[in-house]
Amino acid sequence: MNLQALLLSLRLAAVVSVLLLGISLPLAAWLAFGRWRGRFLLEALVALPLVLPPTVLGFYLLVVMGPRTPFGRLWQALFGHGLAFTFEGLVVGSLLYSLPFAVQPLVSAFRGVDRSLLDASFVLGASRLRTFRRVILPLSFSGLLTALVLSFAHTLGEFGVVLMVGGNLPGITRTVSIAIYDSAQALDYGAANRLALLLLLLSFSSLSVVYAVNRRVWSPWSPR
Amino acid sequence: MSFFLAASAARAAGITVAAASDLKFALPEIAAHYEKQTGNKVSITFGSSGNFYAQIQNGAPFDLFFSADMAYPRQLEAAGLAEPGTLYPYGVGRLVLWVPKNSPVDVARRGWDALRDPAIRKIAIANPRHAPYGRAAVAALKSAGIYDQVAAKLVYGENISQAAQFVDSGNADAGLLALALALSPHMQQAGKFWSVPAGAHPPLEQAAIVLRSSHNVDRFAVTHTNEAARAFLEFVKSPAGRALLEKHGFSFLAQAARPAKTP
Repeated sequence: MNLQALLLSLRLAAVVSVLLLGISLPLAAWLAFGRWRGRFLLEALVALPLVLPPTVLGFYLLVVMGPRTPFGRLWQALFGHGLAFTFEGLVVGSLLYSLPFAVQPLVSAFRGVDRSLLDASFVLGASRLRTFRRVILPLSFSGLLTALVLSFAHTLGEFGVVLMVGGNLPGITRTVSIAIYDSAQALDYGAANRLALLLLLLSFSSLSVVYAVNRRVWSPWSPR
Repeated sequence: MSFFLAASAARAAGITVAAASDLKFALPEIAAHYEKQTGNKVSITFGSSGNFYAQIQNGAPFDLFFSADMAYPRQLEAAGLAEPGTLYPYGVGRLVLWVPKNSPVDVARRGWDALRDPAIRKIAIANPRHAPYGRAAVAALKSAGIYDQVAAKLVYGENISQAAQFVDSGNADAGLLALALALSPHMQQAGKFWSVPAGAHPPLEQAAIVLRSSHNVDRFAVTHTNEAARAFLEFVKSPAGRALLEKHGFSFLAQAARPAKTP
């Protein structure tokens, strides 16, 4: 059993889902409540990773991380090494790749909040930020959890982007999906099968949590 | 996806070929000559030999398989998935040490020593666990006595093309690539290389074999397809075919037509 690859994937998924939540909260709030007319363009941009093949994203990432772009050179100057073939590189790739899985549940949760509650909060003198924190966020709990779990699960199962920019380094960029592919390529179907089954169970349990919460099977805030 | 394309192409007339990625430039040219000469269509899918091996075992509709090694075709022959006696070692792959054109490291002069240069931080090779070129790269580094010094610099491409992509995009600083790729117009323009001595690793003997899997898909034209596959393989064996392979970086062992040994 390739425990190292599994732990690496779990670490990557944890880092990415937490970071994504931080990025997605303001982004989703803006998409849900903003009044900018061109907002649909941003929504389409955020949804792109859903429809683009990971090879496209991976290819562009590889080019952008390379020394021929200002970003690649800047990273090299700041950290003394390139971004490709590093854990940080995978984090950057996964942030983009899993973005819609964090943003979309949040947007629909925010949009589902009863407007009159927001009006009441404003009438009572609460600021927009306070309203967001004390009214919108608690009412969007299931959306928050969905965003967190979906981006975690999606990153856990990520393959194409990691294959394109990872370089298959054990403990650094050899994630579970790469290890499975590797074993299958080396015709070691037993090892591939064991890891694949574990990933399947992990993904199924994560998704079960999402659907349980959305069915209000378990939720600390929502009324029974 | 390519399966469906391959399958429909087979029905159209010609043959479908699964080929190792280091043939990306040689085989299309050979096929073009063959098509011009015979009018028979050859459609080629490139990929990793290990992938093709698994796919062919599961009924992929290819007529001919050009592997990057000898082992996969032999195993297919032993498993009864290939036409007995059609195994043909079409060439020997060569390894080169490739760096981008603007690299400060003079690989042509320094050879292996270039890899010790501090400017070389990442070295791309194909995954030695399943890619023949990756195994050859590791063997060559070991025989040069520098494997331990450079092991921490190695990054693995899924196949030799991806290893090339890692260096070509500048994300890796050097790569141990196939000569057949280094001779492609793009790579020739983008970089410079040093040919790894042939004795540095076991020869990268590569073999092709006519497959039986086409029986599964192409019920109406089985014999026809199979003959077409054999005919194309004969063309590859011809002086014209060999000259084209040689031009694209493949060499031949002295006893090129060695008997097919079953494992």
